[in-house]
Amino acid sequence: MSREKDQPARAAAEAVARHSYGKLVAFLAARTRDVAGAEDALSDAFAAALADWPSSGIPAIPEAWLMAVARRKMIDAGRRRRNHENAAGHLQLMQEELEAAAASEMQIPDDRLLLMFACAHPAIDPGIRAPMILQTVLGFDAATIASAFLVSPATMGQRLVRAKKKIAQAGIPFRLPERADLRERLAAVLGAIYAAFSEGWSDPAGAEIRRRNLAEEAIWLGRLVASLLPEEPEALGLLALMLHAEARRGARRDSRGEYVPLADQDPPAWNATLIEEAEALLFRASRMGAVGRYQLEAAVQSAHVVRRLTGKSDWAAIERIYDALAMLIDSPVIGINRAIAIAETRGPAAGLTALDALAGDARLADYQPYWAARAGLLARTGAHAAAEEAYERAIGLEADPAVRDFLQQRRAELGGPK
Amino acid sequence: MWLGRIGVKEITMKYMLLIYGDEAGMLSASKEAVGQMIAAYGAYTEAVKKAGVYVDSNRLRPTASGTTVRVANGKTEVLDGPYAETKEQLAGYYMIDVPDLDAALSWAARCPGAGHGAIEVRPLWVM
Repeated sequence: MSREKDQPARAAAEAVARHSYGKLVAFLAARTRDVAGAEDALSDAFAAALADWPSSGIPAIPEAWLMAVARRKMIDAGRRRRNHENAAGHLQLMQEELEAAAASEMQIPDDRLLLMFACAHPAIDPGIRAPMILQTVLGFDAATIASAFLVSPATMGQRLVRAKKKIAQAGIPFRLPERADLRERLAAVLGAIYAAFSEGWSDPAGAEIRRRNLAEEAIWLGRLVASLLPEEPEALGLLALMLHAEARRGARRDSRGEYVPLADQDPPAWNATLIEEAEALLFRASRMGAVGRYQLEAAVQSAHVVRRLTGKSDWAAIERIYDALAMLIDSPVIGINRAIAIAETRGPAAGLTALDALAGDARLADYQPYWAARAGLLARTGAHAAAEEAYERAIGLEADPAVRDFLQQRRAELGGPK
Repeated sequence: MWLGRIGVKEITMKYMLLIYGDEAGMLSASKEAVGQMIAAYGAYTEAVKKAGVYVDSNRLRPTASGTTVRVANGKTEVLDGPYAETKEQLAGYYMIDVPDLDAALSWAARCPGAGHGAIEVRPLWVM
Protein backbone atom coordinates (compact mmCIF):
# COMPACT_ATOMS: atom_id res chain seq x y z
CA MET A 1 0.00 0.00 0.00
CA SER A 2 2.56 2.59 1.09
CA ARG A 3 4.95 0.99 -1.41
CA GLU A 4 2.71 1.97 -4.32
CA LYS A 5 2.42 5.47 -2.94
CA ASP A 6 6.20 5.69 -2.75
CA GLN A 7 6.75 4.62 -6.33
CA PRO A 8 6.49 8.00 -8.14
CA ALA A 9 8.70 9.62 -5.51
CA ARG A 10 11.26 6.84 -5.81
CA ALA A 11 11.23 7.13 -9.58
CA ALA A 12 11.67 10.89 -9.39
CA ALA A 13 14.57 10.58 -6.96
CA GLU A 14 16.24 7.93 -9.09
CA ALA A 15 15.84 10.09 -12.17
CA VAL A 16 17.59 12.98 -10.46
CA ALA A 17 20.33 10.66 -9.20
CA ARG A 18 20.93 9.22 -12.65
CA HIS A 19 20.94 12.58 -14.31
CA SER A 20 22.52 14.87 -11.75
CA TYR A 21 24.33 13.00 -8.99
CA GLY A 22 27.81 14.00 -10.18
CA LYS A 23 26.74 17.59 -10.75
CA LEU A 24 25.37 17.87 -7.22
CA VAL A 25 28.48 16.34 -5.63
CA ALA A 26 30.70 18.62 -7.70
CA PHE A 27 28.70 21.73 -6.81
CA LEU A 28 28.98 21.06 -3.07
CA ALA A 29 32.57 19.77 -3.14
CA ALA A 30 33.86 22.68 -5.22
CA ARG A 31 32.63 25.16 -2.64
CA THR A 32 33.73 23.33 0.51
CA ARG A 33 36.67 21.22 -0.76
CA ASP A 34 35.07 18.46 1.28
CA VAL A 35 34.34 15.67 -1.21
CA ALA A 36 33.47 13.01 1.36
CA GLY A 37 31.26 15.46 3.25
CA ALA A 38 29.46 16.39 0.04
CA GLU A 39 28.80 12.73 -0.78
CA ASP A 40 27.50 12.03 2.73
CA ALA A 41 25.30 15.10 2.74
CA LEU A 42 23.82 14.20 -0.64
CA SER A 43 23.26 10.62 0.41
CA ASP A 44 21.31 11.92 3.42
CA ALA A 45 19.41 14.31 1.18
CA PHE A 46 18.32 11.48 -1.12
CA ALA A 47 17.19 9.49 1.90
CA ALA A 48 15.22 12.51 3.08
CA ALA A 49 13.62 12.80 -0.36
CA LEU A 50 12.44 9.21 -0.28
CA ALA A 51 10.95 9.79 3.18
CA ASP A 52 9.38 13.17 2.40
CA TRP A 53 8.22 13.28 -1.25
CA PRO A 54 5.61 10.51 -1.04
CA SER A 55 3.60 12.59 1.42
CA SER A 56 4.59 16.16 0.51
CA GLY A 57 4.71 15.62 -3.23
CA ILE A 58 7.62 15.80 -5.64
CA PRO A 59 9.09 19.33 -5.62
CA ALA A 60 8.95 21.49 -8.76
CA ILE A 61 12.77 21.57 -9.02
CA PRO A 62 13.98 18.36 -7.35
CA GLU A 63 17.69 19.27 -7.80
CA ALA A 64 17.25 22.51 -5.86
CA TRP A 65 15.35 20.73 -3.06
CA LEU A 66 18.11 18.14 -2.70
CA MET A 67 20.79 20.81 -2.79
CA ALA A 68 19.12 22.85 -0.06
CA VAL A 69 18.84 19.80 2.21
CA ALA A 70 22.42 18.71 1.51
CA ARG A 71 23.66 22.20 2.26
CA ARG A 72 21.90 22.22 5.64
CA LYS A 73 23.36 18.82 6.45
CA MET A 74 26.85 20.10 5.68
CA ILE A 75 26.32 23.08 7.96
CA ASP A 76 25.21 20.75 10.75
CA ALA A 77 28.20 18.48 10.18
CA GLY A 78 30.54 21.46 10.18
CA ARG A 79 29.06 22.73 13.42
CA ARG A 80 29.56 19.31 14.97
CA ARG A 81 33.17 19.28 13.87
CA ARG A 82 33.64 22.76 15.35
CA ASN A 83 35.48 24.04 12.32
CA HIS A 84 32.34 25.68 11.09
CA GLU A 85 33.75 29.16 10.55
CA ASN A 86 35.19 28.59 7.10
CA ALA A 87 32.46 26.17 6.13
CA ALA A 88 29.65 28.52 7.15
CA GLY A 89 31.10 31.28 4.97
CA HIS A 90 31.19 28.99 1.93
CA LEU A 91 27.75 27.57 2.63
CA GLN A 92 26.11 30.98 3.07
CA LEU A 93 27.44 32.05 -0.30
CA MET A 94 26.24 28.80 -1.78
CA GLN A 95 22.74 29.53 -0.55
CA GLU A 96 22.76 32.96 -2.19
CA GLU A 97 24.00 31.42 -5.41
CA LEU A 98 21.26 28.78 -5.30
CA GLU A 99 18.56 31.38 -4.66
CA ALA A 100 19.82 33.56 -7.50
CA ALA A 101 19.81 30.54 -9.80
CA ALA A 102 16.29 29.56 -8.78
CA ALA A 103 15.04 33.14 -9.22
CA SER A 104 16.38 33.38 -12.76
CA GLU A 105 15.59 29.72 -13.48
CA MET A 106 19.26 29.15 -14.22
CA GLN A 107 20.69 25.69 -14.01
CA ILE A 108 22.86 24.71 -11.10
CA PRO A 109 26.39 25.27 -12.44
CA ASP A 110 28.21 22.22 -13.75
CA ASP A 111 31.47 21.84 -11.82
CA ARG A 112 32.13 18.23 -12.76
CA LEU A 113 35.20 19.18 -14.78
CA LEU A 114 36.61 20.99 -11.73
CA LEU A 115 35.92 17.90 -9.63
CA MET A 116 37.79 15.76 -12.15
CA PHE A 117 40.76 18.12 -12.15
CA ALA A 118 40.85 17.93 -8.35
CA CYS A 119 40.71 14.12 -8.42
CA ALA A 120 43.55 13.99 -10.97
CA HIS A 121 45.73 16.61 -9.27
CA PRO A 122 49.48 15.77 -9.17
CA ALA A 123 49.27 15.62 -5.37
CA ILE A 124 46.85 12.68 -5.62
CA ASP A 125 48.29 9.18 -6.02
CA PRO A 126 47.93 8.24 -9.73
CA GLY A 127 46.43 4.84 -8.90
CA ILE A 128 43.44 6.32 -7.07
CA ARG A 129 42.51 9.05 -9.57
CA ALA A 130 40.34 6.90 -11.83
CA PRO A 131 38.53 5.21 -8.90
CA MET A 132 37.85 8.57 -7.26
CA ILE A 133 36.42 10.02 -10.47
CA LEU A 134 34.23 6.97 -10.96
CA GLN A 135 32.89 7.28 -7.42
CA THR A 136 32.38 11.03 -7.17
CA VAL A 137 31.25 11.88 -10.69
CA LEU A 138 29.44 8.66 -11.58
CA GLY A 139 28.31 7.50 -8.16
CA PHE A 140 29.90 4.05 -8.34
CA ASP A 141 30.23 2.42 -4.94
CA ALA A 142 33.64 1.39 -3.62
CA ALA A 143 32.91 -2.34 -3.87
CA THR A 144 32.06 -2.13 -7.58
CA ILE A 145 35.15 -0.08 -8.33
CA ALA A 146 37.29 -2.45 -6.24
CA SER A 147 36.17 -5.49 -8.20
CA ALA A 148 36.85 -3.75 -11.49
CA PHE A 149 40.38 -2.82 -10.44
CA LEU A 150 41.08 -6.18 -8.79
CA VAL A 151 41.58 -4.74 -5.31
CA SER A 152 39.77 -5.75 -2.13
CA PRO A 153 36.76 -3.54 -1.27
CA ALA A 154 38.26 -2.66 2.11
CA THR A 155 41.53 -1.53 0.52
CA MET A 156 39.74 0.50 -2.14
CA GLY A 157 37.50 2.06 0.49
CA GLN A 158 40.51 3.08 2.60
CA ARG A 159 42.39 4.54 -0.37
CA LEU A 160 39.37 6.56 -1.42
CA VAL A 161 38.93 7.96 2.08
CA ARG A 162 42.60 8.93 2.21
CA ALA A 163 42.54 10.58 -1.19
CA LYS A 164 39.48 12.68 -0.40
CA LYS A 165 41.06 13.74 2.88
CA LYS A 166 44.14 14.80 0.97
CA ILE A 167 42.03 17.08 -1.23
CA ALA A 168 40.56 18.79 1.82
CA GLN A 169 43.66 18.93 4.02
CA ALA A 170 46.20 19.92 1.39
CA GLY A 171 43.93 22.55 -0.11
CA ILE A 172 43.71 21.10 -3.62
CA PRO A 173 41.82 23.71 -5.63
CA PHE A 174 38.63 23.25 -7.63
CA ARG A 175 39.68 25.51 -10.45
CA LEU A 176 40.58 25.16 -14.07
CA PRO A 177 44.40 25.02 -14.08
CA GLU A 178 46.37 27.97 -15.40
CA ARG A 179 47.01 27.99 -19.15
CA ALA A 180 50.60 26.82 -18.61
CA ASP A 181 49.52 23.80 -16.58
CA LEU A 182 46.29 22.95 -18.41
CA ARG A 183 47.69 20.48 -20.97
CA GLU A 184 49.56 18.51 -18.32
CA ARG A 185 46.70 18.48 -15.83
CA LEU A 186 44.22 17.58 -18.53
CA ALA A 187 46.52 14.69 -19.49
CA ALA A 188 46.09 13.38 -15.94
CA VAL A 189 42.29 13.64 -16.17
CA LEU A 190 42.31 11.91 -19.54
CA GLY A 191 44.68 9.28 -18.18
CA ALA A 192 42.24 8.50 -15.37
CA ILE A 193 39.34 8.18 -17.81
CA TYR A 194 41.43 5.96 -20.07
CA ALA A 195 42.43 3.80 -17.09
CA ALA A 196 38.75 3.23 -16.35
CA PHE A 197 38.09 2.46 -20.02
CA SER A 198 40.97 -0.03 -20.16
CA GLU A 199 39.66 -1.85 -17.10
CA GLY A 200 36.32 -2.09 -18.84
CA TRP A 201 37.94 -3.17 -22.07
CA SER A 202 39.74 -6.06 -20.39
CA ASP A 203 36.42 -7.86 -20.63
CA PRO A 204 35.69 -7.33 -24.31
CA ALA A 205 32.93 -9.94 -24.50
CA GLY A 206 31.10 -7.92 -21.90
CA ALA A 207 30.58 -11.11 -19.95
CA GLU A 208 31.14 -9.26 -16.73
CA ILE A 209 28.44 -6.60 -16.45
CA ARG A 210 30.51 -4.33 -14.21
CA ARG A 211 33.47 -4.26 -16.58
CA ARG A 212 31.36 -3.56 -19.66
CA ASN A 213 29.58 -0.74 -17.89
CA LEU A 214 32.96 0.72 -16.97
CA ALA A 215 33.88 1.16 -20.63
CA GLU A 216 30.54 2.82 -21.34
CA GLU A 217 30.90 5.10 -18.35
CA ALA A 218 34.42 6.05 -19.40
CA ILE A 219 33.10 7.01 -22.82
CA TRP A 220 30.40 9.08 -21.11
CA LEU A 221 33.09 10.90 -19.13
CA GLY A 222 35.13 11.34 -22.31
CA ARG A 223 32.10 12.93 -23.98
CA LEU A 224 31.64 15.21 -20.99
CA VAL A 225 35.23 16.45 -21.06
CA ALA A 226 35.19 16.87 -24.83
CA SER A 227 31.98 18.91 -24.59
CA LEU A 228 33.39 21.13 -21.82
CA LEU A 229 36.82 21.56 -23.43
CA PRO A 230 36.04 21.41 -27.16
CA GLU A 231 39.23 23.26 -28.12
CA GLU A 232 41.51 20.70 -26.46
CA PRO A 233 42.63 18.26 -29.16
CA GLU A 234 43.71 15.52 -26.74
CA ALA A 235 40.26 15.45 -25.17
CA LEU A 236 38.81 14.88 -28.64
CA GLY A 237 41.58 12.37 -29.39
CA LEU A 238 40.81 10.27 -26.32
CA LEU A 239 37.11 10.17 -27.14
CA ALA A 240 37.94 9.18 -30.73
CA LEU A 241 40.21 6.40 -29.45
CA MET A 242 37.57 5.00 -27.11
CA LEU A 243 34.84 5.19 -29.75
CA HIS A 244 37.03 3.33 -32.25
CA ALA A 245 37.63 0.54 -29.75
CA GLU A 246 33.95 0.43 -28.81
CA ALA A 247 32.94 0.29 -32.49
CA ARG A 248 34.67 -3.06 -32.83
CA ARG A 249 33.44 -4.62 -29.58
CA GLY A 250 30.88 -6.75 -31.38
CA ALA A 251 33.47 -8.15 -33.79
CA ARG A 252 35.97 -9.37 -31.20
CA ARG A 253 34.13 -12.62 -30.62
CA ASP A 254 32.54 -14.82 -33.24
CA SER A 255 29.18 -16.58 -32.88
CA ARG A 256 30.86 -19.42 -30.96
CA GLY A 257 32.44 -16.98 -28.49
CA GLU A 258 35.91 -17.48 -29.95
CA TYR A 259 38.43 -14.67 -30.13
CA VAL A 260 38.80 -12.89 -33.47
CA PRO A 261 41.93 -10.78 -33.92
CA LEU A 262 41.61 -7.43 -35.66
CA ALA A 263 43.11 -8.66 -38.93
CA ASP A 264 40.43 -11.36 -39.21
CA GLN A 265 37.47 -9.21 -38.24
CA ASP A 266 34.68 -8.53 -40.69
CA PRO A 267 34.22 -4.76 -41.30
CA PRO A 268 30.43 -5.01 -41.57
CA ALA A 269 30.49 -6.23 -37.96
CA TRP A 270 31.93 -2.88 -36.88
CA ASN A 271 29.67 -0.07 -35.71
CA ALA A 272 29.89 2.38 -38.60
CA THR A 273 28.18 5.21 -36.71
CA LEU A 274 30.75 5.15 -33.92
CA ILE A 275 33.58 4.98 -36.45
CA GLU A 276 32.24 8.01 -38.32
CA GLU A 277 31.91 9.92 -35.06
CA ALA A 278 35.47 8.98 -34.09
CA GLU A 279 36.80 10.05 -37.48
CA ALA A 280 35.03 13.40 -37.26
CA LEU A 281 36.53 14.04 -33.81
CA LEU A 282 40.00 13.12 -35.02
CA PHE A 283 39.66 15.42 -37.98
CA ARG A 284 38.58 18.34 -35.77
CA ALA A 285 41.46 17.66 -33.39
CA SER A 286 44.02 17.52 -36.19
CA ARG A 287 43.06 21.04 -37.31
CA MET A 288 44.07 22.40 -33.87
CA GLY A 289 47.73 21.67 -34.52
CA ALA A 290 48.75 20.12 -31.20
CA VAL A 291 49.41 16.42 -31.68
CA GLY A 292 49.41 14.20 -28.61
CA ARG A 293 49.37 10.55 -27.64
CA TYR A 294 45.61 10.04 -27.74
CA GLN A 295 45.27 11.58 -31.17
CA LEU A 296 48.10 9.36 -32.40
CA GLU A 297 46.60 6.22 -30.89
CA ALA A 298 43.24 7.11 -32.40
CA ALA A 299 44.99 7.66 -35.75
CA VAL A 300 46.33 4.10 -35.58
CA GLN A 301 42.78 2.86 -35.10
CA SER A 302 41.73 4.95 -38.05
CA ALA A 303 44.49 3.48 -40.23
CA HIS A 304 43.31 -0.01 -39.29
CA VAL A 305 39.62 0.46 -39.99
CA VAL A 306 40.27 2.14 -43.32
CA ARG A 307 40.13 -1.51 -44.32
CA ARG A 308 36.34 -1.12 -44.52
CA LEU A 309 36.90 1.21 -47.50
CA THR A 310 40.10 -0.02 -49.13
CA GLY A 311 40.27 -3.67 -48.18
CA LYS A 312 43.47 -3.40 -46.15
CA SER A 313 45.01 -1.57 -43.18
CA ASP A 314 47.35 1.31 -43.99
CA TRP A 315 50.49 -0.27 -42.48
CA ALA A 316 52.88 2.38 -43.74
CA ALA A 317 50.89 5.05 -41.92
CA ILE A 318 50.67 2.85 -38.84
CA GLU A 319 54.45 2.43 -38.75
CA ARG A 320 54.96 6.20 -39.03
CA ILE A 321 52.44 6.87 -36.26
CA TYR A 322 54.17 4.40 -33.95
CA ASP A 323 57.49 6.11 -34.70
CA ALA A 324 55.91 9.33 -33.46
CA LEU A 325 54.34 7.64 -30.43
CA ALA A 326 57.69 6.09 -29.50
CA MET A 327 59.09 9.61 -29.18
CA LEU A 328 56.27 10.64 -26.83
CA ILE A 329 55.89 7.58 -24.65
CA ASP A 330 58.39 5.18 -23.24
CA SER A 331 56.29 2.05 -23.36
CA PRO A 332 57.19 -1.42 -24.61
CA VAL A 333 53.65 -1.70 -25.99
CA ILE A 334 54.47 0.99 -28.53
CA GLY A 335 57.64 -0.84 -29.49
CA ILE A 336 55.81 -4.13 -29.97
CA ASN A 337 53.12 -2.60 -32.15
CA ARG A 338 55.75 -0.77 -34.16
CA ALA A 339 57.58 -4.04 -34.78
CA ILE A 340 54.35 -5.62 -35.98
CA ALA A 341 53.82 -2.73 -38.38
CA ILE A 342 57.40 -3.05 -39.67
CA ALA A 343 56.75 -6.74 -40.30
CA GLU A 344 53.94 -5.65 -42.62
CA THR A 345 55.88 -2.95 -44.45
CA ARG A 346 59.29 -4.61 -44.67
CA GLY A 347 58.74 -8.29 -43.91
CA PRO A 348 58.72 -10.49 -40.77
CA ALA A 349 62.53 -10.65 -40.45
CA ALA A 350 62.70 -6.85 -40.16
CA GLY A 351 59.83 -6.97 -37.66
CA LEU A 352 61.72 -9.55 -35.60
CA THR A 353 64.83 -7.36 -35.60
CA ALA A 354 62.76 -4.45 -34.29
CA LEU A 355 61.26 -6.73 -31.63
CA ASP A 356 64.70 -7.99 -30.60
CA ALA A 357 65.71 -4.40 -29.87
CA LEU A 358 63.16 -4.47 -27.02
CA ALA A 359 64.33 -7.76 -25.54
CA GLY A 360 66.32 -6.04 -22.79
CA ASP A 361 63.21 -4.49 -21.25
CA ALA A 362 62.40 -6.39 -18.05
CA ARG A 363 58.74 -5.37 -18.24
CA LEU A 364 58.26 -7.69 -21.19
CA ALA A 365 59.05 -10.95 -19.42
CA ASP A 366 55.45 -11.23 -18.14
CA TYR A 367 53.75 -9.38 -21.00
CA GLN A 368 51.61 -11.71 -23.10
CA PRO A 369 51.34 -9.52 -26.21
CA TYR A 370 55.14 -9.45 -26.51
CA TRP A 371 55.38 -13.23 -26.59
CA ALA A 372 52.36 -13.55 -28.87
CA ALA A 373 53.86 -11.02 -31.30
CA ARG A 374 57.22 -12.74 -31.13
CA ALA A 375 55.63 -16.13 -31.76
CA GLY A 376 53.72 -14.83 -34.77
CA LEU A 377 56.80 -13.29 -36.36
CA LEU A 378 59.00 -16.34 -35.66
CA ALA A 379 56.36 -18.54 -37.27
CA ARG A 380 56.34 -16.33 -40.37
CA THR A 381 60.12 -16.57 -40.72
CA GLY A 382 59.90 -20.36 -40.46
CA ALA A 383 61.53 -20.62 -37.01
CA HIS A 384 58.89 -23.05 -35.79
CA ALA A 385 60.66 -24.39 -32.71
CA ALA A 386 61.31 -20.91 -31.36
CA ALA A 387 57.75 -19.91 -32.31
CA GLU A 388 56.35 -22.82 -30.34
CA GLU A 389 58.33 -21.76 -27.24
CA ALA A 390 57.09 -18.23 -27.58
CA TYR A 391 53.46 -19.36 -27.95
CA GLU A 392 53.98 -21.45 -24.82
CA ARG A 393 55.06 -18.33 -22.89
CA ALA A 394 52.15 -16.29 -24.25
CA ILE A 395 49.58 -18.96 -23.39
CA GLY A 396 50.92 -19.18 -19.85
CA LEU A 397 50.47 -15.44 -19.41
CA GLU A 398 46.98 -15.05 -20.89
CA ALA A 399 44.04 -14.78 -18.50
CA ASP A 400 41.25 -14.65 -21.09
CA PRO A 401 40.25 -18.25 -22.00
CA ALA A 402 39.07 -17.28 -25.49
CA VAL A 403 42.41 -15.65 -26.30
CA ARG A 404 44.23 -18.64 -24.80
CA ASP A 405 42.29 -20.99 -27.06
CA PHE A 406 43.20 -18.85 -30.03
CA LEU A 407 46.90 -18.93 -29.19
CA GLN A 408 46.79 -22.67 -28.63
CA GLN A 409 45.22 -23.07 -32.03
CA ARG A 410 47.92 -20.97 -33.68
CA ARG A 411 50.56 -23.06 -31.96
CA ALA A 412 48.93 -26.28 -33.14
CA GLU A 413 48.93 -24.96 -36.72
CA LEU A 414 52.73 -24.75 -36.59
CA GLY A 415 52.96 -28.53 -36.96
CA GLY A 416 56.48 -29.81 -37.34
CA PRO A 417 58.66 -31.26 -34.55
CA LYS A 418 57.20 -31.12 -31.03
CA MET B 1 35.51 34.62 -9.01
CA TRP B 2 32.09 34.54 -7.46
CA LEU B 3 33.64 35.08 -4.03
CA GLY B 4 34.92 38.47 -5.09
CA ARG B 5 31.58 39.42 -6.62
CA ILE B 6 29.80 39.08 -3.29
CA GLY B 7 32.64 40.93 -1.56
CA VAL B 8 33.87 38.21 0.78
CA LYS B 9 37.53 37.88 1.71
CA GLU B 10 38.95 34.85 -0.04
CA ILE B 11 39.73 31.91 2.22
CA THR B 12 43.48 31.21 2.38
CA MET B 13 45.64 28.49 3.87
CA LYS B 14 49.06 28.58 5.48
CA TYR B 15 51.76 26.27 4.17
CA MET B 16 55.29 25.46 5.27
CA LEU B 17 57.84 25.19 2.48
CA LEU B 18 60.49 22.92 4.05
CA ILE B 19 63.78 23.25 2.22
CA TYR B 20 65.84 20.06 2.03
CA GLY B 21 69.33 19.97 0.57
CA ASP B 22 72.77 18.40 0.63
CA GLU B 23 74.21 20.14 3.68
CA ALA B 24 77.78 18.96 3.16
CA GLY B 25 77.69 20.20 -0.41
CA MET B 26 76.39 23.58 0.69
CA LEU B 27 79.01 23.93 3.42
CA SER B 28 81.88 23.14 1.05
CA ALA B 29 80.64 25.36 -1.77
CA SER B 30 82.86 28.08 -3.23
CA LYS B 31 82.47 31.70 -2.16
CA GLU B 32 80.98 32.55 -5.55
CA ALA B 33 78.40 29.78 -5.30
CA VAL B 34 77.46 30.86 -1.80
CA GLY B 35 77.16 34.46 -2.92
CA GLN B 36 74.88 33.42 -5.77
CA MET B 37 72.64 31.43 -3.42
CA ILE B 38 72.35 34.33 -0.98
CA ALA B 39 71.41 36.67 -3.80
CA ALA B 40 68.89 34.19 -5.17
CA TYR B 41 67.23 33.73 -1.80
CA GLY B 42 67.20 37.48 -1.27
CA ALA B 43 65.36 37.98 -4.54
CA TYR B 44 62.97 35.15 -3.76
CA THR B 45 62.10 36.53 -0.33
CA GLU B 46 61.47 39.92 -1.91
CA ALA B 47 59.11 38.36 -4.42
CA VAL B 48 57.19 36.45 -1.76
CA LYS B 49 56.80 39.61 0.31
CA LYS B 50 55.77 41.74 -2.68
CA ALA B 51 53.09 39.20 -3.52
CA GLY B 52 51.70 39.66 -0.03
CA VAL B 53 51.92 35.98 0.89
CA TYR B 54 54.95 36.01 3.18
CA VAL B 55 54.44 34.98 6.80
CA ASP B 56 57.88 33.90 7.99
CA SER B 57 61.18 32.39 6.88
CA ASN B 58 64.46 31.33 8.35
CA ARG B 59 67.63 29.52 7.57
CA LEU B 60 68.61 26.81 10.05
CA ARG B 61 72.13 26.28 11.29
CA PRO B 62 73.69 23.00 10.08
CA THR B 63 72.56 19.72 11.64
CA ALA B 64 75.80 19.43 13.62
CA SER B 65 74.58 22.29 15.76
CA GLY B 66 71.35 20.48 16.49
CA THR B 67 70.39 18.52 19.58
CA THR B 68 67.63 15.93 19.81
CA VAL B 69 65.48 15.42 22.90
CA ARG B 70 63.31 12.41 23.72
CA VAL B 71 61.41 11.68 26.92
CA ALA B 72 60.68 8.02 27.62
CA ASN B 73 59.76 6.22 30.84
CA GLY B 74 60.13 9.44 32.74
CA LYS B 75 63.72 9.84 31.57
CA THR B 76 64.87 12.72 29.40
CA GLU B 77 67.33 11.68 26.71
CA VAL B 78 69.47 14.30 25.03
CA LEU B 79 71.53 13.40 21.98
CA ASP B 80 73.98 15.39 19.90
CA GLY B 81 72.88 15.85 16.32
CA PRO B 82 69.73 15.85 14.18
CA TYR B 83 66.60 13.75 14.59
CA ALA B 84 67.68 11.34 11.85
CA GLU B 85 70.59 10.76 9.52
CA THR B 86 69.22 11.53 6.09
CA LYS B 87 70.58 11.92 2.58
CA GLU B 88 69.31 15.50 2.47
CA GLN B 89 68.92 17.72 5.51
CA LEU B 90 66.41 20.36 6.55
CA ALA B 91 68.12 23.66 5.82
CA GLY B 92 65.40 26.23 6.27
CA TYR B 93 61.78 27.13 5.68
CA TYR B 94 59.28 29.65 4.39
CA MET B 95 55.77 30.00 5.77
CA ILE B 96 53.34 31.43 3.24
CA ASP B 97 49.64 32.27 3.23
CA VAL B 98 48.00 31.47 -0.14
CA PRO B 99 44.58 30.50 -1.56
CA ASP B 100 45.32 26.84 -2.38
CA LEU B 101 47.87 24.10 -2.95
CA ASP B 102 48.59 25.14 -6.53
CA ALA B 103 49.67 28.57 -5.35
CA ALA B 104 51.90 26.99 -2.69
CA LEU B 105 53.41 24.59 -5.25
CA SER B 106 54.07 27.46 -7.61
CA TRP B 107 56.02 29.32 -4.91
CA ALA B 108 57.86 26.14 -3.91
CA ALA B 109 59.00 25.61 -7.49
CA ARG B 110 60.47 29.10 -7.57
CA CYS B 111 62.39 28.67 -4.33
CA PRO B 112 66.14 28.46 -5.06
CA GLY B 113 66.38 25.28 -2.96
CA ALA B 114 64.05 23.44 -5.35
CA GLY B 115 66.78 23.25 -7.97
CA HIS B 116 69.36 21.78 -5.58
CA GLY B 117 67.35 19.46 -3.36
CA ALA B 118 63.64 19.30 -2.64
CA ILE B 119 60.91 21.43 -1.11
CA GLU B 120 58.30 19.68 0.97
CA VAL B 121 55.00 21.57 0.98
CA ARG B 122 52.97 20.94 4.14
CA PRO B 123 49.72 22.64 5.08
CA LEU B 124 49.45 23.96 8.62
CA TRP B 125 46.90 22.40 10.91
CA VAL B 126 44.76 25.32 11.94
CA MET B 127 43.00 24.73 15.24
